[in-house]
Amino acid sequence: MSSYNSALYPVEMEINSEVQTIRIRAADILLYTLRDKFGLTGSKSGCDNGDCGSCTILVNRQPMKSCLMLTIEADGKQITTIEGLMNSQVQNIFAQHQAFQCGYCTPGFIMNCEGLRNVHPIADEETIRVWLESNICRCTSYEEIHHAVKDIFTPK
Amino acid sequence: MIVARSLGNKEGVKIRQSIGKSIPRKETWEKVTGTTKYINDTSGEPGLLHAKIAISQHAHAKIKSIDSSDAMKIQGVKAIITGQNAPILTGSPLADRPPIAIDKVRYYGEPIALIVAEQEYIAEMAALQIKVEYELLPVVLSPSDALQKNAPLIHEHLAEYKRHEDVYPEPGTNIANRTKIRKGNMEEGWKNSDHTIEVEVTSPQSDHAAIEMRCCSAQVLPDGRVIIHSASQSPFVIRRAISQSFQIPLHKVIVHTPMVGGSFGGKSAIQMEFLAFLASRAVGGRAVNLVNSREVDMISSPVHIGLHAKIKLGCSLEGKMMAAEILHLYDGGAYSDRGAVMSRSGAVDCTGPYRIDNVHCDSLCMYTNKPYSTSFRGFGHPELTLAIERAMDLLATRVGMDPLEFRFFNAIGPGDTTPTQTLLDRSNLGDLPMCIAKLKTLIHWDELSLRETKGHLIKATGVCCFWKNSNTPTDAGAGAAILFNPDGSVNLLCGAVEIGQGTRTALTQLLAERLRMEERMINITMEVNTETDPYQWKTVASRSTFLVGNALLNAADDAIVQLKNIAAIVLQCSPEELDVGNGKVFIIDRPAVGIEIEKIAYGYKYPNGNTIGGQIIGRGSYAMRNLTLLDPETGEGNPGPEWTVGAQAVEVELNTREYTYKIIKAVTVIDAGKVINPQFARSQITGAMSMGLSFASREAFIFNDKGAILNPQFRTYKLIRYGEQPEYFVDFVETPHVEAPFGLRGIGEHGLIGMPAALANSLSIAAGVELNHLPLTPEMIWRTIYDSV
Repeated sequence: MSSYNSALYPVEMEINSEVQTIRIRAADILLYTLRDKFGLTGSKSGCDNGDCGSCTILVNRQPMKSCLMLTIEADGKQITTIEGLMNSQVQNIFAQHQAFQCGYCTPGFIMNCEGLRNVHPIADEETIRVWLESNICRCTSYEEIHHAVKDIFTPK
Repeated sequence: MIVARSLGNKEGVKIRQSIGKSIPRKETWEKVTGTTKYINDTSGEPGLLHAKIAISQHAHAKIKSIDSSDAMKIQGVKAIITGQNAPILTGSPLADRPPIAIDKVRYYGEPIALIVAEQEYIAEMAALQIKVEYELLPVVLSPSDALQKNAPLIHEHLAEYKRHEDVYPEPGTNIANRTKIRKGNMEEGWKNSDHTIEVEVTSPQSDHAAIEMRCCSAQVLPDGRVIIHSASQSPFVIRRAISQSFQIPLHKVIVHTPMVGGSFGGKSAIQMEFLAFLASRAVGGRAVNLVNSREVDMISSPVHIGLHAKIKLGCSLEGKMMAAEILHLYDGGAYSDRGAVMSRSGAVDCTGPYRIDNVHCDSLCMYTNKPYSTSFRGFGHPELTLAIERAMDLLATRVGMDPLEFRFFNAIGPGDTTPTQTLLDRSNLGDLPMCIAKLKTLIHWDELSLRETKGHLIKATGVCCFWKNSNTPTDAGAGAAILFNPDGSVNLLCGAVEIGQGTRTALTQLLAERLRMEERMINITMEVNTETDPYQWKTVASRSTFLVGNALLNAADDAIVQLKNIAAIVLQCSPEELDVGNGKVFIIDRPAVGIEIEKIAYGYKYPNGNTIGGQIIGRGSYAMRNLTLLDPETGEGNPGPEWTVGAQAVEVELNTREYTYKIIKAVTVIDAGKVINPQFARSQITGAMSMGLSFASREAFIFNDKGAILNPQFRTYKLIRYGEQPEYFVDFVETPHVEAPFGLRGIGEHGLIGMPAALANSLSIAAGVELNHLPLTPEMIWRTIYDSV
């Protein structure tokens, strides 16, 4: 019954600007590869079903729920996790507005906002709503997040 | 020898203030950078074993046999544990629950076996290979059915269960606890009632849905110490529960709790910890991690309690309330856990914050074949408030009074007594009429038309009031220690768990205020360790800032005495001449003369090397005062130190074509006693309001007729999402509670309490029918209208 571990496949991807090569099972999920193999635990598991968004990362600069992606699908892709952000404006604004409580969903919200900014640098309110409704925050009323996001997308 | 020196400025006289300031959370940068280590962020460690729970597929059945041989054959499986290997009963106040089912299962999702394996996925595969032969039993799916004389018994041996606190189960029935309120004279009350109304109101079982799933790890060291890491609101209760259940000396159980990813009461129950310990014990004490999947977290771990309430109210011609007869049937599920205490809490505050002299209430925690219930934000109050406030609206209409005016007229006040016959004053009650008055202004009540029609859209506003006592054990307490560092900063040690509410930051503000220091000079970690941190009862009941706050003020005073004593020697004066502030101990009359705290934090060293004193360590503790158990026949007693009161409103816009609706505004005015951090306070209130609106408008477990839950994931169990939030209005009244630090009152849960009621009241006005059953989905509104025709 050792077959569970015998079939390993090589995958090469760029994670937070560093090229990484790793051998994985075909069934390995990207979220858990990032967390367990690379120690990038900023991406959280909240449902493993694509419903809550707390595992959101960027794949080729666009947001992706990493619980919905097999690691093998990430071959040749450019991955950014919350650990790959360096004091970004989005992080600063979330901090300023205290747009979190327990903080568990926060990396997912921040990564989604980063992705939104990559795709729509000046997003209107409706676009913001459509993008952000993919993440769940159970602590706040979303009011603080709304204020933060408005701040992010208001031209300075 | 000159030791006193001029501090060179006059800052000594200026007193720093920390309370009332919106300082950011101490852990802000950890949280926005993803570096916070939550419980499951260390589960990738090599050598750690993983456990998974196999769950029951039936809601009520005898276990005839369990065959785990196929599961055991899977490579990497280390151990399989069934109820037979762990014949203990857990639960407080009533020990009625085996950690793993023994002989029978009582709910769909109940653990039937625990698998330990090298990898999580191996344990999960093995869990699916556990084969159980069941003999099905009839299911009981509502608390009203459970009360019927011929209802199937869920617990046949109720009389034999051990009782840890005051709890009154009724053997031979499905009643896990009954609390009675007998106040005044009912006959008199009804005689003086010109108007009476009766109503039945229900709210369903639902989920806490913290985004972090419950998770726990355990390890038994060779010397017998048990190390538990758990995402919990109750690390000190875990220690006691593991110690009692497995006969391990208390001090050998060490519990670590890191920052918790949301909780809302759901992580106050002790459940996973028993399983993780059993798992570790089965593999020679190796460290084992157990984390729920979302599905298992929703149906197997404890849930939010439901309620079926029957209310009868009477009032005079002028609208003065005369009598209340109330039956609460709480839907506690398969095991009583904190549901038994919540049902008591539902009796204590059964009337809502209104003056009623004649009250008869029976509040029961019923067993049903559903997931068992534990504390949920509001602790039985959102449910009872929905019931009593629906009744209040009906009675106001009957009398012909404005609903807010009717509440103002009957608002409870100093000199009145509660259902438990506790005498109220401004300190233990706060100021409800002021909350109502402020609410009226905030929502422009006098200019507002109750119901406004525009084509097929109808706007309406519903209101309600709430109150809540903490219903804490009479000996609930906390300790605090403050350790001074040689840079003049202070480490604050305490047992309050950071679950996102901001308590640990707010506590540094209380300490900064008392020591007149800058908050940044107060250090606090975000973890709790039962071996090194002072005790705290639990982080529940909106009591942490009260209990730990009182303890830390005592610790601060203790440290101030030490600082003054040593400074008095150095400054050659008496301690009475000294004061502490801005990082210095200084002479009151000559504030420029003093000594920096950093020079005496580890004792004072004279130029010749002689040293006096040592590290300044302040210690303080606090326990509840003057609380009593309730009389089992009348309910008379003192259930907690104070009530928090408030008034709330919701404005909706109902689409009468589809019965969909938008929540436009949600408003809370609360008597907070003293607002410590305005930004946190608002965020606690609005967050709780959001949770209440989400619960009231859509959240409920859907059961089939066999008791299986059909919506155990966020795809099908819907939560409020970004963009659906109404406009929030929050305002505060500040009537100090004299026993509390700086007069504060609990506010963590209270924003939620009246939201279901205010939403139901607003929608009932808009739809023109009585909406008495949650969740208030478009389908529920449509059915109610359709059924009433």
